[in-house]
Amino acid sequence: MGRFAPLLPELILSIGGTILMMVAAFTGRRGSSVTSWLAVGLLLAATVALIGAPSHAGPIFDGFVGADLFASFGKAIIFPAAAVAIIAAHGWFERGTEHASEYAVLIVFSAVGMSVMVSATSLVALYVGLELTSLASYVLAAYRRTDERSAEAGLKYFVLGALASGILLYGISLLYGFTGTMSFTGLAAAFGRGAPTLGLLFGLVFVLAGLAFKISAVPFHMWTPDVYEGAPTPVTAFFASAPKAAAVLLATRLCVEGLGPATDAWRQIVIFAALASIFLGAVAAWGQTNIKRLLAYSSINNVGFALIGLAAAGSAGVSSVLFYMAVYVVMTLGAFLCVLWMRNSDGQPVEEIATLSGLAQTRPGFAAAIAIFMFSLAGIPPLFGFWPKLVVFRAAIASGYISLAVAGILGTVVGAYYYLKIIKVMYMDEPAEPYARIRQPVQGALILLAAVLVSPLGYLLIGPLGSLTDKAAGSLF
Amino acid sequence: MSGLPLLSLLIVVPLIAGVLCLLVKAQGARWTALIATLIELVISIYLWAQYNPDGAQWQFQELHPVGGGVNWALGIDGIALMLIVLTAFLMPICIGASWRAIEKRVPEYMAYFLLMEALIMGSFAAQDLFLFYIFFEGGLIPMYFIIGIWGGAERIKASYKFFLYTLFGSVLMLIAMLYMAGTAHTTSIPALMAYDFSKEAQTFLFLAFLASFAVKLPMWPVHTWLPDAHVQAPTAGSVILAGVLLKLGGYGFIRFSLPMFPDGSAQFIPLMFILSGIAVVYTSLVALAQRDMKKLIAYSSVAHMAFVTFGLFAMNRQGIEGAMLVMLGHGLVSGALFLCVGVVYDRLHTREIDRYGGLSDNMPGYALLFMVFTMASVGLPGTSNFVGEFLSLVGTYHASSWAAIVATTGIILGAVYMLWLYWRICFGTQRNADAAAMPDLSPREWWLLAPIALAVFWMGIYPESFLHPMRNDVGRLITRMERVQPAGDSKLTLGKGAAHMDMGHMH
Repeated sequence: MGRFAPLLPELILSIGGTILMMVAAFTGRRGSSVTSWLAVGLLLAATVALIGAPSHAGPIFDGFVGADLFASFGKAIIFPAAAVAIIAAHGWFERGTEHASEYAVLIVFSAVGMSVMVSATSLVALYVGLELTSLASYVLAAYRRTDERSAEAGLKYFVLGALASGILLYGISLLYGFTGTMSFTGLAAAFGRGAPTLGLLFGLVFVLAGLAFKISAVPFHMWTPDVYEGAPTPVTAFFASAPKAAAVLLATRLCVEGLGPATDAWRQIVIFAALASIFLGAVAAWGQTNIKRLLAYSSINNVGFALIGLAAAGSAGVSSVLFYMAVYVVMTLGAFLCVLWMRNSDGQPVEEIATLSGLAQTRPGFAAAIAIFMFSLAGIPPLFGFWPKLVVFRAAIASGYISLAVAGILGTVVGAYYYLKIIKVMYMDEPAEPYARIRQPVQGALILLAAVLVSPLGYLLIGPLGSLTDKAAGSLF
Repeated sequence: MSGLPLLSLLIVVPLIAGVLCLLVKAQGARWTALIATLIELVISIYLWAQYNPDGAQWQFQELHPVGGGVNWALGIDGIALMLIVLTAFLMPICIGASWRAIEKRVPEYMAYFLLMEALIMGSFAAQDLFLFYIFFEGGLIPMYFIIGIWGGAERIKASYKFFLYTLFGSVLMLIAMLYMAGTAHTTSIPALMAYDFSKEAQTFLFLAFLASFAVKLPMWPVHTWLPDAHVQAPTAGSVILAGVLLKLGGYGFIRFSLPMFPDGSAQFIPLMFILSGIAVVYTSLVALAQRDMKKLIAYSSVAHMAFVTFGLFAMNRQGIEGAMLVMLGHGLVSGALFLCVGVVYDRLHTREIDRYGGLSDNMPGYALLFMVFTMASVGLPGTSNFVGEFLSLVGTYHASSWAAIVATTGIILGAVYMLWLYWRICFGTQRNADAAAMPDLSPREWWLLAPIALAVFWMGIYPESFLHPMRNDVGRLITRMERVQPAGDSKLTLGKGAAHMDMGHMH
């Protein structure tokens, strides 16, 4: 039994998820509310279960996965984010989709996959976790199957995702073929033996390319705007938060733990992806009129900043990535919850930025929340979104990558333009038709909570969050 | 000394009042804002009274670690004190100027003004590098809204330009700050002011900070956001922009560039003098050609700010004290001039100079006060700007006679455009019936302008009240820069004894 103690969160989720699937199958639509609250309960229980053995049991199952603070930190972001994505769907799928209750189950399974991703210490675990998450995601993207855009998003995501998985798998097979090991420590030993051979380099590049797809870093970002736009909004909220954090953390662990001795080899790739993501994400967002597409480019842009932390490598760099992703998930979920509330007077969801016009006069509180998220995503002080950017740049400068930091921070100025555009529409334009009022007190409370966390009050968290990320990063070295 | 955390109060009071403003209706918001800004004025005057010019360098210090290497560290020296007093003095006037002029979304407007006051106070009082950056940069948000919501026809473009320009300058400074914190292992501004960075690093650090402060001040050629922002902003927005926000740039040079990178600064003296020289001549000529009153005053601000950079980079006592006085005086005078424009704009809703004329007939009180401020802007002896500009020019002459010659043309050109503006608006024949029918200043407008006029004369006749608190701090700054001071080509004996002259020859 003690052997399984470090796996308690995953056990709760997989056993609970299987039971929930049955509940969903037998109760059908009637049970959708019960299933979804049960799923939220499972996820929160799994979060609580992180305290104890799962955080410091070390390698388990012969180094297949690791139960360390790094993994726990990731799970502490992922599980609550998944729970928020379930709550975000309340009042959404009831509008005519027949299988409302399976949504929560799919998210729970996806969460299991992500939890394997962040704790994976071998290439097999990495691939299994990634695929479990992805399969659930493909279904989720096409969840409103009667909606053409949703079906298209699902198909596109599946085809491109399968391609990326293939690339990843090819890279894994190359690494295995040239080193004879699947475990990260074994890889590190093989790379540490001298200059990496051509085969190893090829494997490394393919693996990183596959992972870049999952975190939607440029140049593997093309699917992101289409899938984010087409998928139902709660699903988009989920995609932009938990799986993204999980994939970034997975890439971080692989690079640091498995490919640590080859840092100079992967660093160039990460630097390119970081800068390309920052600038392309910022420039491509300029012309967008659909808020979900815009937030998709914003997420590409934000991943770029997290990658700057990764490029810095070292303990400070990893810590900054964790810090960045934690705050990013809060900002993104808050922003998407606000998008969920954009409904015209018939209660139908709208996604055009133009409909936000004059929101500050018709719904000042709602507009203020969006403004807080936008300024925060743009990284303008005194909002808290500024601090993770600072932490990332601090790590880059401490590693001597000053020109990288300068280039990255100039990207924030380019990106600030489109965040400002949304604020301009809300605050400086004449009021458009007012939105319908949404009666979802839990979602309202979550928006408020997220807004408070990224407001200047968030600075009070710097101490505790910073020491936690430092400790979590320390568990990789 | 009282146990109250006065500097924190200075930041928190407007924040609380700003939230209150959002909860009440228009009239309530106006009074809330006015009372809050008056409380701020009282606190800052109390600070001025309590400040001991001969005491420690940093007074009213507060230090509360937030964690993660960030500190809520506040404290002021005489230089910050005077700028805090200037801000607190101008703020109630801004609220008063918006009393009737702003009619839509009043609670929001007042809330942004109070937020801005809190952030400006925080920038002047901050003693932690990142705390300063947060306050300094945060000031963009309320100003963006004030220009963008309550501005003129081109407000959107102006607000974007303002925001992105200043953001662009500041982010480079942030990278420099991160480097400094990493190298010196401290984020405390007083500690960094005594830290010696390597000469190569100083060059880059100076340039990074220059990017931020040159945009903020603004210096030629990155001044182009200023005329747009000024013309589009509502009157009170222009007052606070010219009166206080620009001073953040000058304050930045005094607090960061000069003491932290003396070698870097000395290396760039020629560049600074050339840029300032171009600014003085070029923007004065541009001002001469303006048909819009606000634009003219905006360009004159750029020219006046060049006296600040001239004085600062002369790196001697006269220059730096002069630069500080120019900043204080310009804060008062340009603020007052924008108010004067606002007075006639509220009546006729145009800023076109040609639409006015002969106002001294129907608005004698206005013509009188406008005359006072015009003369102060020109630098007439007895007014605030004379003292500052004179000292700054003496300092510049000491450092480089050529720079001083160019700078002095600015005084002449300034006189030309200001007097011509005054002549076109207040004298001459009354060509326009509607302008001729405008009533004179209301009691409210008297209350706004008269205190500034008094302060202008006070600073012009007895500048010692303002110089005294700063004297020791300027002295410390000069000691810090002593070894890099430019030798100068003038053989000026002013302000130093024969003994010092001998030392000069020995170099």
